[in-house]
Amino acid sequence: MSAFAATAVSRVRSARQNVEIRRLFACVFGMLVLALMTGPSGSNSAPVSGFTGSLFHPRVLAFLALGVGLWAVITAQHRWGEAIKRTSNNVMTLPRRVMPDRRVRLFVYAAALAIAIILPLHVNAFWQDVLVDQIGIYVLLAIGLNVVVGYAGLLDLGYIAFYAIGAYSTAYWTGALPVHPPMVVNAFWAIPFAIATAMLAGVLIGAPTLRLRGDYLAIVTLGFGEIIQIVATNLQGVTGGAQGVIGIPHPSVNLLHIHYSWLIDPLPYYYLLLAFVVLALIAYSFLEHSRVGRAWTAIREDEVAAESTGINVLKYKILAFAIGASTSGFAGMLESSKISFIEPGDFTVQLSILILVLVIFGGMGSLLGAVLGAAVLQWFPWYLREHPLFGFQDQDLFIYLGAILVIMMIFRPEGMIPSRRRKREIGLAEHGVGTADAMSGSSSEIS
Amino acid sequence: MCFTQNFWSFLIGGIANGFLYALIALGYTLVYGVLQLINFAHSEVFMSGGFAGYFVLNAVIGNSHPSGVDSVLLVILGTAAGAVGGATIAYLLERVAYRPLRRRKAPRLAFLISAIGASYFLYNLAGKEFGRNAVSMPAAYTNGTVFTVFGAQVQTYYVVIAIAAMIMLLVLDRIVAATRLGRGIRAVAQDAETASLMGVNIDRVIAQTFILGGILGGAAGFLFGLSSGVVYTMGFTPALKAFTAAVLGGIGNIRGAMLGGLLLGIFENLGVTCAPTEWRDVIAFGILVLVLIIRPTGILGERLGRSA
Repeated sequence: MSAFAATAVSRVRSARQNVEIRRLFACVFGMLVLALMTGPSGSNSAPVSGFTGSLFHPRVLAFLALGVGLWAVITAQHRWGEAIKRTSNNVMTLPRRVMPDRRVRLFVYAAALAIAIILPLHVNAFWQDVLVDQIGIYVLLAIGLNVVVGYAGLLDLGYIAFYAIGAYSTAYWTGALPVHPPMVVNAFWAIPFAIATAMLAGVLIGAPTLRLRGDYLAIVTLGFGEIIQIVATNLQGVTGGAQGVIGIPHPSVNLLHIHYSWLIDPLPYYYLLLAFVVLALIAYSFLEHSRVGRAWTAIREDEVAAESTGINVLKYKILAFAIGASTSGFAGMLESSKISFIEPGDFTVQLSILILVLVIFGGMGSLLGAVLGAAVLQWFPWYLREHPLFGFQDQDLFIYLGAILVIMMIFRPEGMIPSRRRKREIGLAEHGVGTADAMSGSSSEIS
Repeated sequence: MCFTQNFWSFLIGGIANGFLYALIALGYTLVYGVLQLINFAHSEVFMSGGFAGYFVLNAVIGNSHPSGVDSVLLVILGTAAGAVGGATIAYLLERVAYRPLRRRKAPRLAFLISAIGASYFLYNLAGKEFGRNAVSMPAAYTNGTVFTVFGAQVQTYYVVIAIAAMIMLLVLDRIVAATRLGRGIRAVAQDAETASLMGVNIDRVIAQTFILGGILGGAAGFLFGLSSGVVYTMGFTPALKAFTAAVLGGIGNIRGAMLGGLLLGIFENLGVTCAPTEWRDVIAFGILVLVLIIRPTGILGERLGRSA
């Protein structure tokens, strides 16, 4: 009997050792990949120089040490942290509220808003531009995509296409395109047109594909993003072709007693953008807790059950898709009228992926996550670029972003600042309850 | 009618493209069969096959001008190198981007996102390491007209693709139909849980399926590179089209992927005769949307993992 117990114990121990060896291997492998990512680049004529320069160089020792160190930390945590983890990590209960008091929360929001208002006044012109073109716009885009990916659980890989549609329809209505509109309007009044066009495009693309399994939506939107670029490049007579469109006017308001024009200065755009971001945040936050938001939640958690309780699944999916598209369209309008120049090369599929990374990093379904995720991830590369110490190259950005996506999905699929609901759903799905996304397709799907 | 002009030569070009699409589409379809997931990173399997073939050929050929038997051997060598490269990346993908998620029973959305991330990681890393300009494959043979059909010239390149692809497609068909691995793949495609109860090692079958798809995709990458050169972004468009082909034939259906690939290649090439070449991708994409609207299960129906 005791011999049996001894073998059982030793078997458990060796299983654990196996796991630990495998973990050591994974840590070292990961660090070697990191060494490769951060190492020198190769070139067409010397394709192995990147590998030799980063792997057969003393610096690789530092990465190996890092890998072993990481392994030691994780293993220690697993060995001694198991008991603590077991009692606290019960997915079936909602995690405790972090900020229980409504007043405290409002105060925090007000403080954040105050910082957002004051901060740009104290940075130089370069960073003001970055704040608008790179951070503000992407925060807005991330908030919009969050509705699609986070709330409705749909994967949209061509999100930037709607941004392009917004930009081009602004160019159209302000008379900057080779084809002329029935009436030329100011860029500010092109906002409703840009939003409506993008929304319409969202419905047109969404309606046929949202009936199907979710993967189809992903690939169709991916193709759509590519097609928009091809169309913009090749329909010379309509879109101005590959050279792009110049002379999109800056927005201005001329209404009753308010006369204001936005010019080249980035600050006014920043505040306009901030106003719309705050509006979008309030609107989407209400939406999340409304009948519509609950329908999205129901669809995410169990599509079949949602449909059988009378929720029109297709309608709500299209709604989410259209809301996301219109947000993107608005962002396109704003950016195109700020820079007053657009070209097809501005709307690459890579940008769609970038926005997806922003949403995933912050936390799917979490507005706060989308905002902070976008702000941090967009600010950081610019910081590195400006910082003399790091030789960060623009083209390498997507290596890191791709790695972030994979790592997040493996270790923290709910994002850095998760929505409580979403986190719980993912936990439940891992225990076989619900799906945590709208990927399985509605009942019209043939399986 | 626009496509009656030079019909035969466009048809032949279309068939050659179609064979490539079929090879890539099989990678999607095989993985779809066992995992019910679209492997978004398959484009990078294709790309790595192209690079592997390029490096090996470059090392072997040097400055010589091969011909005759040498050319045949070089093409075989390049295809094999592409296959090994593709299989390696496909296996790594399975281990790094898919298996950890499968262990955790992650939602489907997570798999797609992880695959997208892996795809961006891989091709940008390739761009960083191997340079970002397109390079052309060293000439393994002298391209010329082999024979003519109805006045259309059939080039050596087309013959190479057709022969290589047909051999691989036939072998794959046999593997899936008659080997132990094929039985495993079909069993997992049909019902993974029951298969595992019957003693099928699901993880191993899935890894082998990825490798099988990687072999075909990597070889296709090399064959594609023979005429179009190799560049780190080469995977995106062919893979998107191959996916269209897989859907056209019925995703999850092995013979469907072959049929869909050929049909797509032909449609697309004949369509180009009616519209400027820049619209080629739009045609393929239009076909995808049409298929999804009219017959989302594809021509031969999906999930014939059951009977293929």
